Amino acid sequence: MSELLALEFMRNAFLAGMLLSTVLAVVSFFVVLRRFSFIGVGVAHSAFGGVALGVLLGVSPVLSALGFSIIVANAIGWISRRKEISTDTAIGIFFALAMALGVIFIGMSGRYNVDLFGYLFGNILAITRQELVIVCVLGILVLAGIVLFFKEFLFIAFDQEVARVNGVPVTLLDHFFLTLLAVAVVICIKMVGIVLVSALLVIPGAAASQVARSYGAMIGVSIAVAVISTTGGLILSYYADLASGAVIVTLAALLFFIAFGLGRLQKTPR
Amino acid sequence: MKPESQVKETHYVDLEDIWVAYDHKWVLQSVYFSCGAGEIVGIVGPNGGGKSTLLKVILGLVRPDRGTVRLFGEKPGKRGLQEVGYLPQISQAERFFPVSALDVVLMGLYARIGFFRRPDQKDRETAMEVLNRVGMADHAGRPFGALSGGQQQRVHIARALAPHPRLLVLDEPATGVDSVAQEDFYRLLAELRDAEGLSVLMVSHDIGVITAHADRIACLNVEIHYHGEAQACMIPENIARVFGRDLKVMVHDSRCATCFRRHSHE
Ligand SMILES: Nc1ncnc2c1ncn2[C@@H]1O[C@H](COP(=O)(O)OP(=O)(O)OP(=O)(O)O)[C@@H](O)[C@H]1O
Ligand SMILES: [Mg+2]
Repeated sequence: MSELLALEFMRNAFLAGMLLSTVLAVVSFFVVLRRFSFIGVGVAHSAFGGVALGVLLGVSPVLSALGFSIIVANAIGWISRRKEISTDTAIGIFFALAMALGVIFIGMSGRYNVDLFGYLFGNILAITRQELVIVCVLGILVLAGIVLFFKEFLFIAFDQEVARVNGVPVTLLDHFFLTLLAVAVVICIKMVGIVLVSALLVIPGAAASQVARSYGAMIGVSIAVAVISTTGGLILSYYADLASGAVIVTLAALLFFIAFGLGRLQKTPR
Repeated sequence: MKPESQVKETHYVDLEDIWVAYDHKWVLQSVYFSCGAGEIVGIVGPNGGGKSTLLKVILGLVRPDRGTVRLFGEKPGKRGLQEVGYLPQISQAERFFPVSALDVVLMGLYARIGFFRRPDQKDRETAMEVLNRVGMADHAGRPFGALSGGQQQRVHIARALAPHPRLLVLDEPATGVDSVAQEDFYRLLAELRDAEGLSVLMVSHDIGVITAHADRIACLNVEIHYHGEAQACMIPENIARVFGRDLKVMVHDSRCATCFRRHSHE
């Protein structure tokens, strides 16, 4: 352990991993309560289009992915408010389109040698100091956004119609949440990658919902699951020389099954 | 008699010539409706008659194709929504949700608490008080999802009552609630009307309840067929028949006579 922490890139990775998994865990709480899992998948994959656009235009792929994902997230929110198209149809169309555009952008740029594998599957060990700062600042902003509007988000998740009648600006806050979700997804791409980041938007909250009965406990368990799987995943991936994202997600899924089992046990009277 | 304008000002709800269509079919046609301060207005009508739609128009959840809506004298949504307690017919509320009964009632107070602040001890006391009034104080700490359907309905009612609204909009509040609790609830409504000048709009299929507890009644089937005194709308011998199969005679009023059979002849 101490040997690991002596390495600067490892220290950075741990720092980023703990903060980012906390952010994802809190977002995950609402993703699960609002059944937004598929939106998470859609937004994460659309980040690929953003990364590719950055490569094509020669700007920072993280920045272009941010813009791209925020636009796609809000477009999904806007379309799913209309009655003509269901949410999952809208997501299915958008995320395919974003991926397709990504492939086209990469083709146009003629640069097949960019580290696409790193973006797709994550490489937290390669995180630079500068990226670390950006990612941490954005992560803290996302957390702050959720904390500030926590009770309104909770009300909307519980009963949207009554929240609206009670004067909660539901539409506005929905778009705000989708924006936060998009930011959370993009800043976590370095850690777990486009393909797997959506898993961390679902699993921590899902595991917590199996065992917790109050929202405070659910958020606590969600954070615990995310942090344990991230730090555990980092250590394991270092020693086993495996992709960090895959190990993290596997650990998280394992914790979900344990929580699922514990949840069953709670049901029978002692 | 007060002059017209003054009468209007005291109206909490005023609908003029409201038209609403869904899928090219009129659901509300030229509806005029009002509810004054401190009165309980019952709304009756057949399934699909547009009762829930009428309530949503009043609350600004459905925008009418034509007509004007006034809530506390203004467009709905502009102001005053914090002074309305709403109980939807089919609650969209998640059944299994990590909140306690008390948490749900506290949600009713969020608008009053305002942004960036958390409920404090006083809010909790207020919420406990309302839970007590609907007979759910003993269940305050239980997970909402663990309550029975009727208990959940009572918690929803408590949430609507919590901020002491001036107007309560209740879409079939009795759903799932046992008869003892129903009686208590209607008594509570009358108490609040007399003590605080609360106005209540209440949709119900229970004609007995409406005639017993409403000050005025509106009979709605796409159009308003009757809007007036609850007592005058029914003579005693019809009340017995109301509970029979033929709902046609439920409202004894010439304007209302065909209300419940209208669509079957079209
Ligand atoms: N969102 C909607 N989309 C399409 N049609 C709708 C919608 N909501 C209501 N309707 C239609 O409007 C009509 C009135 O519905 P509404 O729910 O207002 O009736 P109701 O009087 O409340 O009936 P019930 O006694 O069954 O509650 C019905 O014919 C219904 O099919
Ligand atoms: Mg209805």
